[in-house]
Amino acid sequence: MSSNAPAEPRRTALDALHRSLGATMTDFAGWDMPLRYGSERDEHNAVRTKAGLFDLSHMGEITVTGPEAAQLLNFALVGDIASVGVGRARYTMICREDGGILDDLIVYRLAETEAGSSHYMVVANASNAQVVLDALTERSAGYDAEVRDDRDAYALIAVQGPESPGILASLTDADLDGLKYYAGLPGTVAGVPALIARTGYTGEDGFELFVRPEHAVELWQALTKAGEGVGLVPCGLSCRDTLRLEAGMPLYGHELSTELTPFDAGLGRVVKFAKEGDFVGRAALEAAAERAASNPPRVLVGLVAEGRRVPRAGYPVVADGQVIGEVTSGAPSPTLGKPIAMAYVDAAHSAPGTAGVGVDIRGSHEPYEVVALPFYKRQK
Amino acid sequence: MSNPQQLRYSKEHEWLSGAEDGVSTVGITEFAANALGDVVYAQLPEVGSTVAAGETCGELESTKSVSDLYSPVSGEVTEINEDVVNDPSLVNTAPFEGGWLFKVRVAEEPADLLSADEYAAHTAG
Repeated sequence: MSSNAPAEPRRTALDALHRSLGATMTDFAGWDMPLRYGSERDEHNAVRTKAGLFDLSHMGEITVTGPEAAQLLNFALVGDIASVGVGRARYTMICREDGGILDDLIVYRLAETEAGSSHYMVVANASNAQVVLDALTERSAGYDAEVRDDRDAYALIAVQGPESPGILASLTDADLDGLKYYAGLPGTVAGVPALIARTGYTGEDGFELFVRPEHAVELWQALTKAGEGVGLVPCGLSCRDTLRLEAGMPLYGHELSTELTPFDAGLGRVVKFAKEGDFVGRAALEAAAERAASNPPRVLVGLVAEGRRVPRAGYPVVADGQVIGEVTSGAPSPTLGKPIAMAYVDAAHSAPGTAGVGVDIRGSHEPYEVVALPFYKRQK
Repeated sequence: MSNPQQLRYSKEHEWLSGAEDGVSTVGITEFAANALGDVVYAQLPEVGSTVAAGETCGELESTKSVSDLYSPVSGEVTEINEDVVNDPSLVNTAPFEGGWLFKVRVAEEPADLLSADEYAAHTAG
């Protein structure tokens, strides 16, 4: 007898800790993850003004090693991965042959051996990790490189917010001042071996710490203690979503999908036609780039509500009674104090300040202002 | 979480006060407020409109979702809580007090409203 019952959700190494902290848990891409611990607005504001601690262990780590690891990634992904320096990271995408986006990724180049073998870590979204793993494995045929599923080898803890450098500095000898945005190096944090990366998804300065799962609780507790005096709070996925939305960062399944090429998503800059060798999707993406140049596709814009009703993904964007686009993500913005949204709209209505644009919120056309993304940019 | 003993409850997580001069107060429970998360927008029924027990009469919007508001009772709306319209977070901070939603002149009350203990059992599962 077959069963269609969904599999038990996966739990991270920090699961018991989240429950002891009173977290509201939610199913996310097959994982049982903290949605929020208390008020999601307070968590959001803590990250903007102080610091927040996130469990991101659901993200999918894939290790790619070997003499031809760089060539494999250049072939499999749309970015120029071979040009990433050791200790640096790059935002990139993996596309289908037809140019549709399979996932957006961060690729870290971790090490280089004397024998000329490279070591990369590819971090995929939880919901796409298997798809990315399968595609990389398939595309590795003929390359002297190994693709390894390392999803179970890492827990991922992020500390984000203006106080995060100070918090982390109290727990590590690593040269944080020398660690630039989008860089990552191995080190030790609170006595635990960690890959320390200056990356994040909040629009704030911050770090992502990849550690072995058995070290996750110890590291979380050390960070909590180190952040006690400066307002660090545990944060769930709910505020992570409003933080990334304010920062104008795309989320797979909302702003990105297999239905769109990077050019349709306004992210054509991640596609590097000039790199050496062929890559999956090149022909389709060249055509997409030409189409985008001659006949602009819908443009991803920001919308700010004049009223208080919140736009949600899938709601129509309207002007003069006509549908001119669709909301991809929407939420009340704690920082702006108003509902905001990202939406794809026809190019003719995409200029900031375009008059007469609204969102159809369950039948009522609510006025919205078109603005440039991001909604929020931190002061440096 | 404690549910005031003097109130009656619907399975849709509204509470209903006893009637004063035939007028009862309606709100949502602390259980529902916690489940919603931070409430950011409350669309309440219009004063003078008629609501029906178990039917939609407004909506509550939180950071992550929008939820229909049901009336636990049938009757005419006599007042809405303007404080909640202006500051929807009252629903979270004082669901049984300052976060009440509307008052209704009760025409008919369903027989299946729950006591505080029955409601506690309903939400325990």
